[in-house]
Amino acid sequence: MEKSFKKQKDKLSIFKNLRQRNRKNKNTREIPEDLFKKCPHCNEIQTSASYKDNVCPNCGFHLPMNAYERMDLIYDGRYKVLFTTKEAPNPLDFPGYGEKIDELKQKTKLDEAVVCSIGHIGKIKCVVCVMDNRFMMGSMGSVVGEKITKAIEFALKKKLPLIIFTTSGGARMQEGIFSLMQMAKVNGALARFKAANLLYVSYITHPTYGGVSASFAPMGDIVIGEPFAMYGFAGRRVIASTIKQKLPDDFQTTKYNMDAGFIDLIVERSKCKQTLGKILAMHQGVRHG
Amino acid sequence: MGRFEKVEKARDLKRPNIYDYINNIFDDFIELKGDRCGGDDSAIIGGIAFLNNQPVTIVGHLKGHDLNSNLKVNFGMGSPSGYRKALRLMQQANKFNRPIISFIDTPGAYPGVESEQKGIGEAIAKCIEDSFNYTVPKISIIIGEGGSGGALGFGVSDQVVMLENAVYSILSPEGFAAILFKDKDGSRKEEAAELMKLTALDLFEQGIIDKIIPEGDLNSNNFVYDKIGNHLTQEIQTLSRLDKKTLLHNRYERFRKY
Ligand SMILES: [Zn+2]
Repeated sequence: MEKSFKKQKDKLSIFKNLRQRNRKNKNTREIPEDLFKKCPHCNEIQTSASYKDNVCPNCGFHLPMNAYERMDLIYDGRYKVLFTTKEAPNPLDFPGYGEKIDELKQKTKLDEAVVCSIGHIGKIKCVVCVMDNRFMMGSMGSVVGEKITKAIEFALKKKLPLIIFTTSGGARMQEGIFSLMQMAKVNGALARFKAANLLYVSYITHPTYGGVSASFAPMGDIVIGEPFAMYGFAGRRVIASTIKQKLPDDFQTTKYNMDAGFIDLIVERSKCKQTLGKILAMHQGVRHG
Repeated sequence: MGRFEKVEKARDLKRPNIYDYINNIFDDFIELKGDRCGGDDSAIIGGIAFLNNQPVTIVGHLKGHDLNSNLKVNFGMGSPSGYRKALRLMQQANKFNRPIISFIDTPGAYPGVESEQKGIGEAIAKCIEDSFNYTVPKISIIIGEGGSGGALGFGVSDQVVMLENAVYSILSPEGFAAILFKDKDGSRKEEAAELMKLTALDLFEQGIIDKIIPEGDLNSNNFVYDKIGNHLTQEIQTLSRLDKKTLLHNRYERFRKY
């Protein structure tokens, strides 16, 4: 209830901004963003209504999805958000970092770059973490690491399957070495979780890089990739400047990663929920009826 | 000494490398090669040796002492093959109940097309995750540069210790300045190093490492080798007294606290 009200309010504010902008530049004809959308991949302009689940109706490009949109997509219905926090550490006293976090909290209504939750997919109860790159590009600092670790420990205690949707620019540089330690903390929790023979599905969405791609993202029992998503350890620019030659066009796409052996399957967004449902069902034992 | 001077000291090619430590601290070292997936990385080495009378497994990054030798070992930047070799040797150590000692000395994992194609992220992630499963004592020593995920791959242990003039950070001060200060000409690397708190003392105070090992004059006596040798011997004895469950529990909690 509160959420749908919030959604409406967000839309309203987008519309207001748009109107104000239009008033300022009367001469330039702008595309009203809430009615039409331009695909960043094929550049076609289509009605927003024709974009089902943020997928371009023309070329099938998967535009980023925020955490709440993702949870609405996969869960059977209601779900419960877990481990929200007011913590916002700044261990290096990095100038302006605290203010930046406050601003993003206001703007995105998120407490950090991941939302942890519990609910049902295909009637099977599971714990799901969804990273949201509107918040500091989904980078992993102490809060992200702590929330995901708590979610893994919770899933272990309740003996539930775990799904993590990743999107991340990497470790949160502003928190220095403490961000690096999150990689160890989360993978420690995963080691325990796996030792209990519980299922972990890692779901790679655009873009997933750096510390996340060298900690929990590649460690799924099953690793799913979303079409068009970029997934790698070092960024394209860093690599290009090291080797000083042109990179292959499809470099670091999920397709490239699947061909290289690091992703089990690529699943279109329209099949996301049903694929997860099947995988969860197959890890429940023998099907009855 | 400014923090960036420490960084330069940590990167000094004259510093002892992993082979120097192995030759001066351990006996009968036998190097073991290969990832058993089709390759061997010269930037990461490993093998078995005696520490006094205790058999141990050693893995770590190899840096050269000059440009030529550094070109051969990729400046200590490990590739997926190297991390998979180390993983194999650590799993074997666990099987044969040998303590694991890792030497960390890398600017970071190698950023290249082949690294990505062979899954550098996966290789490092697996090293980190698996480190929580070994029921043998495990100690990491940062001897020079401890850079980023490439360092952390060998940095999950019961004890993480650092030489007095080593550094350990999320990335290089140059990289940090480029990303966060949009520094294009390296003019703000000193400022970055100060902010990053990457020296042994900084990290000890922040609870990231467990002990600082004094170096003395690294190139003119056995001071540092004796210090490391004594420390390892003592700590392995202490850790060996713990039952396996306690050992794993303590290692988990050591990293759970961050
Ligand atoms: Zn399109």
